[in-house]
Amino acid sequence: MSLDIKIKRGLDIRLVGEAEKSIETIDAPDTFAIKPTDFKGLTPKLSAREGDEVKAGSPLFFHKDDNRLNIPSPVSGEVVEIVRGAKRKIMAVRILADKQTNYIDFGKADASSLSGEEVKEKLLKSGVWSYIRQRPYNVIANPDDKPKAVFISAFDSAPLAPDYDFIMEGQADAFQAGIDALAKLTEGKVHLNVNGKGNPSSVFAGVKGVQLNKISGPHPAGNVGIQIHHIDPIGKGEKVWTVNPQDVVIIGKLFLEGKYNATKIVAITGFQVSNPKYYKVLQGTPLKNILDGKLAGDKNRIISGNALTGDKESMDGFTGYYHSQITVIPEGDEPEFMGWLAPGFNKFSASRTFFTWLTPGSKKFQLDTGMHGEERAFVMSGEYEKVLPMDIYPVQLLKASLANDIELMEGLGIYEVDEEDFALCEYVCTSKIEVQSILREGLDLVRVECG
Amino acid sequence: MKGLRKYLDKNVKPLFDKGGKLERFWVVYDGLDTFLFVPGHATHKGSHIRDGIDLKRTMITVVLAMVPCLLFGMYNTGLQHYIASGVADSSLMDCFVFGAMKVLPIVVVSYGVGLGIEFLFAGLRGHSINEGYLVSGMLIPLIMPADIPLWMVGLACAFAVIIGKEVFGGTGMNILNVALTARAFLFFAYPTMMSGDQVWFADAPFSGSVDAITGATALGEAAAKVPMDQLNASFGLMDSIIGTIPGSIGETSVISCLLGAFLLIYTGIGSWKIMLSSVIGGAAMVAIFNVFSVNTLMEIPPLHHLALGGFAFGMVFMATDPVTAAQTDTGKYIYGFLVGFLAIMIRVFNPAYPEGVMLAILFMNVMAPLIDHYVVEANIKKRMKRAKVAA
Repeated sequence: MSLDIKIKRGLDIRLVGEAEKSIETIDAPDTFAIKPTDFKGLTPKLSAREGDEVKAGSPLFFHKDDNRLNIPSPVSGEVVEIVRGAKRKIMAVRILADKQTNYIDFGKADASSLSGEEVKEKLLKSGVWSYIRQRPYNVIANPDDKPKAVFISAFDSAPLAPDYDFIMEGQADAFQAGIDALAKLTEGKVHLNVNGKGNPSSVFAGVKGVQLNKISGPHPAGNVGIQIHHIDPIGKGEKVWTVNPQDVVIIGKLFLEGKYNATKIVAITGFQVSNPKYYKVLQGTPLKNILDGKLAGDKNRIISGNALTGDKESMDGFTGYYHSQITVIPEGDEPEFMGWLAPGFNKFSASRTFFTWLTPGSKKFQLDTGMHGEERAFVMSGEYEKVLPMDIYPVQLLKASLANDIELMEGLGIYEVDEEDFALCEYVCTSKIEVQSILREGLDLVRVECG
Repeated sequence: MKGLRKYLDKNVKPLFDKGGKLERFWVVYDGLDTFLFVPGHATHKGSHIRDGIDLKRTMITVVLAMVPCLLFGMYNTGLQHYIASGVADSSLMDCFVFGAMKVLPIVVVSYGVGLGIEFLFAGLRGHSINEGYLVSGMLIPLIMPADIPLWMVGLACAFAVIIGKEVFGGTGMNILNVALTARAFLFFAYPTMMSGDQVWFADAPFSGSVDAITGATALGEAAAKVPMDQLNASFGLMDSIIGTIPGSIGETSVISCLLGAFLLIYTGIGSWKIMLSSVIGGAAMVAIFNVFSVNTLMEIPPLHHLALGGFAFGMVFMATDPVTAAQTDTGKYIYGFLVGFLAIMIRVFNPAYPEGVMLAILFMNVMAPLIDHYVVEANIKKRMKRAKVAA
C-alpha cells in the first residue's frame, strides 16, 4: 500500500542560485575535520588523541552516555588537532589525510541474509550507525529502541535544495543494500517518500522492500518530520528512525564494499556562488577547498545546509555531517531607509504587504541575511499555521516551551516536531521571534526529563 | 540617504549611547531612529533569511486600510454639520474642509497623548517602543463622535494606553482592544458626550431652528421606536452603506470599511475568518429577531441592520485585532460568530445605548482566551486518544 499525500500549507521560497545539474570533483584536500557540534544532544568523548593514526572507519569520538555511538573518521591519516572552543568544548577533530586512504575492513555481507542484531552490530562497529537518527529530538538513534518505522525522505523542498533524483543516479545497488539493512532494524515498515510532482528517479521507484509514498506540496513537504506526521504520527514513547537518502547509500556501501565510504555529493548553491554546481566530496571536507575562487563579493554568509535551518560557517569551516548542501548568500547588515514604508518590489514576503505580488510567480529573489525588523512580542496570529502543515498549534507549543511546561508540550505534540519543521514559522514571523532555538530548548528539556 | 545615516551614527547616536550626555533619552532616539531606518541587523541564529515584513509594516498597512474611513469621516462630519445648520447646498470641498478641521485635531491629540505615554513607559522599562499604538491612535478618533472635546480624547487615550495595555506589559500582552477601551472609558465616564441627540454633529446649533433634524443616529431613532417606514425615509439602506448618516467619525460608511477589509484580507493581515463569521453571526441574530419583530429594532432587515452603526467598522478593524481576538483558526470562527451575534443582541436589548458592537467585542475579548483554551484542549485530547489507541 502506498500513500499519495497532498500538502497544502507551506511556502516555497524562490531564491537565485540553484545548482546546475553537473557533478564536479575537487583536488583531494590535505585535512578533514569532523565536528561534534553537528550531532545534537551528543556529548563527545575522544577515542583518538592528537598524534594518533586513524584509518577510514576508525572512531574519532563517541557519545559520553553510550559508548556504542561512535563517529568514524572519513579518511586515514593522523589526528593533527583537537580544536577546542570556550570551556574547552570540542569543536572539531582535524585529520591530516594520507595520500592513499586505508580503510578498516568490516567485511562484505549481504544485509538481507543477516539478522537484525548482526546488521546492528556491523553498523555500530563501523560508526555508520551515526547516520541513523531518531524522532523525536532528531538525535542519533538509540540502538536499544525498537522503532515503529524507518522514514526516508527522497526529496528536499527547502530553498535551493539539492535534487536527490539527480544526486542518486547510478547508486541503485548501494541504495538497495542500505534499504535491506534498514529493513532489518524495524518490525514496521520502511517508508520511502518521493516527490509527488514529476517522476521520481528509477533508484527510488525501483527499490524493493519499502512502502513508496508520494508527497506533494510546498516546503516543508520534503521534511521527513512533516511526512511522519501525515503517515504515521509519533506518540509519547514511540520512536521513528530517519535516514537521508545519501546516507542510505553510505550504509549500503558498508555492506557491499565492507568499508566506510564517506563520499557524498554536495550542492553548492546561492546567489553569491558564481557557478553553482554539485560537487563530489568526502565527509568533513574543508569549505575553502570547495568554495575558493567561486564566491562573488566579500561580505557573505556561508551556510552548511539550507538558508532556513543550516549552520553558519566560515571559509575555514567544513561540510556538515548530515548536510548535502552549502548555501552562500550576502550578509544583510545595511540599514534600510524607511524600509517599513517603501514599496519593496524586491522583498519576498509570505504576506502581500510588499508590492512583490505584482511580479510573476516564477520570479526568483536575492534574499540576504537581514532581519528586516526588530524582535517583538507575539502579535500576529495565524501566521505560523499557514506554513506549518501539521495538526499542531505552533504558538501554543512555543509558549509551552518558553514556560518549560513539559506536560503541556507533550499534549501539544512536541514529540512530532523538529526545528527544521518550524523553520518557516521563524522565516515568516512578523515579530522576528527565534522560533527554532525556542523549540530546541523545549526539545532538549523534554529529552533530558523524559528520555 | 547614506549621508544621513552616517551623520546620525557619527554625531547624534553617541549622545544617546551608554555614557553619552542624553543617555536617558535613548528610547526616544531609538524609537525615531528605527522609524527612519530599519536597523541593519543580520540574523545570528535560526533561519538565515527572514521575511521582509515586520511589525511596523504590518501596522502601517492597517493604518492605510483605515484611510478611506478617515477621509470619508472628514467629509461626513462636514456634511452632517451643514445639514444640521440648515445649509442645503454645501459643496463636497466645504464639507471636507470643515470636517478636516474638526477631525485632524482629534487625530493629533490621540497620537500625541498615546505615543507620549508609550515613549514614557518604554523609557521607564528600558524596552524599545512598540508599534501597536500606530493603529490604536488612528482607531480612537474614528470611533469618537465628531463633537467630542479634545481633552476627553486625551484623557481616554491616556486611560486606554495605561490601563488597557501598559499594565499588562505592552503591545501583544493586552486583553482588551486598546481603542475600544478608550471608547468604553468615555462611554461610562461621560455618557452624555458619547450618546444621545447632541453629540453627532460638530458645532451644530440645535437651537430649534432646524426642525427636521432630531440629531439622533439611526439606531437611536430605532430604539426610540420610530416606525420602520419613517426610519427608512430618514436613514435609507443606501445612505447607511454610503455613510451619509450621523454617527462616530469613521464608522458610518460601509463602503469605506469594505475597502479597508479588502486591503487587510488581501495583504493577509486581517483575518477573513473573523470578518466572515461575525457577519454571519450578526445576520443570524437579526434573522431571529425579525421573526418576532415586536419593535422597530427587531424589524430592521439583516442587511440594513449590519449596515447601521459601527457594525462594519467594528468587525473589520476591531474584532480582528490579532492580540485580543481568538488566536486559533477554529477559535476565530467561534469568536467572530459570537461577536456579531452579541453585537446585534445588545443593540436590540440594551435600553441605555442602542449600539452593541463595542460591548460585544470587549466581552468577546475577555472570552477569547477561553475559546482558545478549549480549541487547544481538543487538540491535546485527540493526541492523547491516539496515544491510548496505539498503546
